Amino acid sequence: MSTTEKAGGATAQYLDERLGSNKWLGKNLKKVFPDHWSFMLGEIILYSFIVVLITGVFLTLFYKPSLVEVIYEGSYVPLKGVEMTEAYASTLQISFDIRGGLLIRQMHHWAALIFVAAIAVHAFRVFFTGAFRKPRELNWVIGVGLIVLALGAGFTGYSLPDDLLSGTGLQIARGIVQAIPIVGTWAAFLLFDGEFPGVDFMSRLYMAHILLIPGLILALVTVHLMLVWYQKHTQFPGQGRTNENVVGYPLMPIYMAKAGGFFFIVFGIIALLSGLVNINPVWIFGPYTPDQVTAGTQPDWYIGWLDGALRVMPNWETVAFGYTISWNILIPAVIVPGLIFTAMALYPFLEAWATGDKREHHLLERPRNAPVRTGIGVMAIVFYSLLWLGGGNDLVATTFDLSINAITWFLRIGLIVLPPLAFIITKRICLGLQRKDREKLLHGYESGRILRLPHGEFIEVHEPLPKAQQAVLASMIESHNTPLPAPAKTDANGVRNKRYRIDKLRSRLSNFYYRDAVAPPTMAEIEAGQAHVAHEAELEAPLHEYEESNYVTVPFHGGVLHEQGEPMTNAEALEADKGSERGSD
Amino acid sequence: MKALAAHRRHPLMALALLLIALGVVGGAYGVVTTQPTAADTVMVGDQTQIEEGRRLYLEGCSSCHGLNAEGTSAGPTLIGVGAAAVHFQVATGRMPLAAPGAQAPVKKPDYTAEETLAMAAYIASLAPGPAIPTAEQVDYTNADVAEGGILFRINCAQCHQAAGQGGALTQGKYAPSLMNSTPTQIYEAMLTGPQNMPIFSDQTLPTEDKQAIIAYVMELQQAPSPGGMSLGRLGPVVEGLFLWTAVLAAFLAAAVWIGIRAR
Repeated sequence: MSTTEKAGGATAQYLDERLGSNKWLGKNLKKVFPDHWSFMLGEIILYSFIVVLITGVFLTLFYKPSLVEVIYEGSYVPLKGVEMTEAYASTLQISFDIRGGLLIRQMHHWAALIFVAAIAVHAFRVFFTGAFRKPRELNWVIGVGLIVLALGAGFTGYSLPDDLLSGTGLQIARGIVQAIPIVGTWAAFLLFDGEFPGVDFMSRLYMAHILLIPGLILALVTVHLMLVWYQKHTQFPGQGRTNENVVGYPLMPIYMAKAGGFFFIVFGIIALLSGLVNINPVWIFGPYTPDQVTAGTQPDWYIGWLDGALRVMPNWETVAFGYTISWNILIPAVIVPGLIFTAMALYPFLEAWATGDKREHHLLERPRNAPVRTGIGVMAIVFYSLLWLGGGNDLVATTFDLSINAITWFLRIGLIVLPPLAFIITKRICLGLQRKDREKLLHGYESGRILRLPHGEFIEVHEPLPKAQQAVLASMIESHNTPLPAPAKTDANGVRNKRYRIDKLRSRLSNFYYRDAVAPPTMAEIEAGQAHVAHEAELEAPLHEYEESNYVTVPFHGGVLHEQGEPMTNAEALEADKGSERGSD
Repeated sequence: MKALAAHRRHPLMALALLLIALGVVGGAYGVVTTQPTAADTVMVGDQTQIEEGRRLYLEGCSSCHGLNAEGTSAGPTLIGVGAAAVHFQVATGRMPLAAPGAQAPVKKPDYTAEETLAMAAYIASLAPGPAIPTAEQVDYTNADVAEGGILFRINCAQCHQAAGQGGALTQGKYAPSLMNSTPTQIYEAMLTGPQNMPIFSDQTLPTEDKQAIIAYVMELQQAPSPGGMSLGRLGPVVEGLFLWTAVLAAFLAAAVWIGIRAR
């Protein structure tokens, strides 16, 4: 036994005698995780969150969440002697007068942006592979909650430096709160402590940013991961993988090494990025005062879609009983995001209801095998991206020499027309891919070799699919669903069906999902197809023999191509070496 | 004197006195009122320069601005816009316009500095207007940069963006980037309000304030980016774009590399 092993053993024993940990560890360290690169995306979220926490602790040492006015006397000359809040002054101090402060600030900000972006990419993976299906619906709901919290964490952080951008963002946030009918004005007073910008406001924001929201995120992330552990990770369909097993590598040592290494890569990329690329130069934007605003005022990327929704919304207002209802703010900033997040959280239940599927799913679905779901996902991405584009409409206008009004109208129409179009196109692509898979399952893949049979018929020779690929393609059989039948108004005994309306709706929804499903081949059909492929191979076999016998095989030995007396062709080699194994082919 | 005294009752004496009085008053008025500015003394006086300017004007500008600079449906009148406006528009290449559009874009100037000054002199000779600022007027060496920053954020940033990178206006119009503007151009722009820009006259922004703003813009042009690559100083949109392209690609590459099946 080496010294390391001895030390490790002694530690394990010490802990086991006190915690009884060996049994638990022995079981769980061997836990198997399936292997796929897309399963690493969730880890980016966790690791960037860790970077955010570490750098955030550093920033709290120097940041002052105070709106007290001070005269700046730090080392950034173009702001010397300017009146500003302590919050902004301390941000400048971190940027210019604290050793390493700017690097840590940039790491914090970049890691936060990466955190939210990784959440989005991870959610794409989960959605498009159907990983949210039973039994993982609740974990999906937790994930949606985490998205909302991440947006909150990001926006409160964006607002803390009290520069011109963050102040303008807060002004807009306040306007959104005020647009809520009936309670809006009072809610705004409550949140902002009176008129804008208030006095206590910054310390409340700070509390939410460093305690409340991160605390909730940590708690939910813990539950999220525990559920992954308990329910086990899903896996892609493939050879030897079933709904009942998990094929992969054990946690210790393979995944410990992979995950640990990946943490350092994520940390490294963030540190490198923050050292090389400037983010949020607050010193350029200047201190916030309510009478100033700068062109190109935008939120960080994850709030951009909401800003875009506000920008493209027509200016509708209703005055009822002396009160103004600002649809122009209420719809884009309250109703639309509310609907989107609700729909997102409820989606797994909706799909399960339409399918009538109560089985557990531990095998992922390939996106093409769920054309409607994939279509809905792409539709949502297109809708989001258009709103996102709206958030940067002024930069699009100046960059591409376009009229901002034209962009606004393009987006107003595009937001209604393009997502359904994206849905239809995606669904068609998925169905096409399914048909291609079906063909491959039935006939193998096309070799591109045309064979003329003795009686004159031309055939294209098909090659059998490799076993691993066949297992992947065959997952379309498992994914296949047929729409639920239309419900009857009365049952066999003539009793009225009380749930008729609901059942009808369900049947319609089910039709929407599975009406166009490509019928997968049966196992018998696949076997027949394989027999056909084997037959084609048989027909081609004599040709192969003929060809092979005429190949010149040259044994490789140190640059001498051919030596005297060596056979020139396979046929000669066979002649010369009958009975023994063939040389270098 | 005797001769003069002898004629003092001459019937034409009243007329002569009247003429003298009118001459004195008129001359004094002329001296008092024509306090010539620095530019005026250079330009109004030089008749050949004005003639040259007029020639160039008739060739290159009159089709839109009219033969007497009175303006047409295609271009505004230039009477009273002053030498500063002509110098700004022509020296930055905005005029003459290559094609009608939402706004005149900056391009390579079509005229030499001398030709530009000649045209400016011609337009200035039509009616008084803001003159081309002198070297002392645009000298910002003693200006307060921080004060300039405050003035810039109050008066300029809402269109030209806090970092002077420019921004969009309605119907395809825009506030251009200030990253290549010279102090004279900035001063002239404030003085004459070209395109969609409002006029910041000396009553609104005295010369020292204009100098402070120029100092701040020069600071923005020359200041290094302490945090690394500046991404065009356009704010969160470009940061987000960079994140979703280069940065995400790096992460995905790492994930694929680590997640790839060991062989």
